[in-house]
Amino acid sequence: MSGNLKTTERQAGGSVGAIKTLSQKVWDAHVVHEEPGAPSLIYIDLHLVHEVTSPQAFSGLRERGLKVRRPDLTIATTDHSIPTTDRSLPIVDPIAANQVAQLDKNCKEFGITHYGVHSNHQGIVHVIGPELGLTQPGMTVVCGDSHTATHGAVGALAFGIGTSEVENVLATQCLLQRPSKTFRVNVTGSLKSGVSAKDIILALIAQIGIGGGTGTVLEYTGSAITALDMEGRMTVCNMSIEGGARAGMIAPDDTTFQYLNGRQFAPKGADWDAAVARWRRLPTDQGAKFDREVTINGDALEPMITWGTNPGMGIPISAAVPEPSSVSDPLERDALTKALTYMGLEAGKPLAGHPVDVVFIGSCTNSRISDLRSAAAILKGRKVNPNVRVMVVPGSMEVKRQAIAEGLPEIFRAAGCDYREPGCSMCIAMNGDQLQPGQYSVSTSNRNFEGRQGKGGRTFLASPLTAAATALTGVVTDVRTIL
Amino acid sequence: MKPFLPFESRMVPMPMNNIDTDQIIPARFLKTTSKEGLDKQLFCDWRYDAQGNPKPDFILNTPRGQNAQVLLAGDNFGCGSSREHAPWALTQFGFRAVISTSFADIFKGNSLKNSLLPIVVSHDVHAKLLALPEAAKVRIDLASQTMTLPDGERVEFPVDPFSKTCLLEGIDELGWILKQENSIAAYEAGRVGSIDTRV
Repeated sequence: MSGNLKTTERQAGGSVGAIKTLSQKVWDAHVVHEEPGAPSLIYIDLHLVHEVTSPQAFSGLRERGLKVRRPDLTIATTDHSIPTTDRSLPIVDPIAANQVAQLDKNCKEFGITHYGVHSNHQGIVHVIGPELGLTQPGMTVVCGDSHTATHGAVGALAFGIGTSEVENVLATQCLLQRPSKTFRVNVTGSLKSGVSAKDIILALIAQIGIGGGTGTVLEYTGSAITALDMEGRMTVCNMSIEGGARAGMIAPDDTTFQYLNGRQFAPKGADWDAAVARWRRLPTDQGAKFDREVTINGDALEPMITWGTNPGMGIPISAAVPEPSSVSDPLERDALTKALTYMGLEAGKPLAGHPVDVVFIGSCTNSRISDLRSAAAILKGRKVNPNVRVMVVPGSMEVKRQAIAEGLPEIFRAAGCDYREPGCSMCIAMNGDQLQPGQYSVSTSNRNFEGRQGKGGRTFLASPLTAAATALTGVVTDVRTIL
Repeated sequence: MKPFLPFESRMVPMPMNNIDTDQIIPARFLKTTSKEGLDKQLFCDWRYDAQGNPKPDFILNTPRGQNAQVLLAGDNFGCGSSREHAPWALTQFGFRAVISTSFADIFKGNSLKNSLLPIVVSHDVHAKLLALPEAAKVRIDLASQTMTLPDGERVEFPVDPFSKTCLLEGIDELGWILKQENSIAAYEAGRVGSIDTRV
């Protein structure tokens, strides 16, 4: 919650002299109702729905006899529970099949467009939103999924919500919220070869910790951020939640507009010009104050990798796994020891050279066409290590089509990868794509919690470049050694 | 929801920082379309071995873990996903409050909507609670926002005033939002640049 001063500024709305951050501008433009003692009622411009967190919300609507207020601002897809194998086959897991069928039924009953299992637009919800031009600058975007922060890459205020809130938004298109504090993350300089967007966000989380952004909206600024393409920006914003922040945003600029122009749901013609004029007013005003700021030197960043059981347990790939004895706080020390035990690692030793069983390239963090391109560039004309299962899972049907157009599936298959159908897959391991107990993966996904990729599985999070390099050698590999 | 009344309970200590939602309820159990039956899946991978037998050393499998309504956890409890299955599983197991030095934002919001009270205390109070004997009980009173320790010490805790009213009166947010129909309709009339997902 912000202090009184901020509230006053916000109530000033668009008045002359009001100096605001990007997130404050979007917030202010969406306040529907305010009264003492209650959170603000804010309007939601886009509600993304998937099969896992919505069934109980639709049941709630039925129990209360309510409709979906704005099906035109709601879109559904199926991504978490579905197999990434041949789509013409039925779903074997009866519980998953029921959940998938339930979303279909709910969308039909409530009039919501659903890009389901057999749709040409199916894909991971945070991949299809931007790629269809549904997520636009200045919007409020919610989804029953914590990685909704992804959509902040276009300058939207986008955050994950629980199922009760999914029901609230379905019924009213509104949410009760308190404004978050503002937290600026300034990434200076420019990234070196072999270093990518994933390394920026892993470095940030390693620095601030997984609770470091709690209660805040992150705004990423600086030359290393503005130099990123849109998909790189999505990777950065996607993992804002792994630093505890519900949302992460990047000011819209020409890169943003170029990306959106011509996409299916982006404005067209005169509407496009008017929209761009509005969007150009969104960036944080000069002199705006953030509640907190950190700076990361982009010039000095190395490829990052996590060694432990939360995304904050990350190190530069040339560094050694930390020693618990170097930590003074007893609970933190216990956490490190517990993580080392679970991961089967020795403190003080480097991670580079550690054997892995699986490489997973996919997830809402890193399954877009540029991620596949960067992995393919490493794998082209080479063979993956025979001891490693390498899974490549495109984020959407659109990514899949584009990859085919560029000849990427042939590169992956020739290298010995298992190239699959779009979905969340082994990021969340709900669909049968999972690690076996004790197995190690290098994964381009977003969470390395115990069992996240399958009970007993052990995850090292890294970039697509690091994942592809590791696929070739079978051991954790610094991609800079093979570039 | 039932009104949130004062209660007294022993505490189940799980003094680990950053207990994430994948531990509270692993993702493979999220294929359900119901809110019910999640208590058996609470902390499943810490609670049961590969054969599904209870691990005797995990606290929920010990006498101390039974019939207590307060979980005493480490910092940043509930980090990770937005799954509301986490508070559903905790409340179905019998918990009515979680005490920690901090909570993840989404988990905290989800808990308050499910009559699970997230209580933030200082590191000093947290350490004192952890040091109490096993049988010690705390009394939690939401109306006065106080927790009373066995030695009589009263510790105040913060609660969002709106959430507090909802919990005390046993009402949910949706009814309140639905009453703002005039404001919502007025806002909608002034919106520009909307999408239409149905085309």
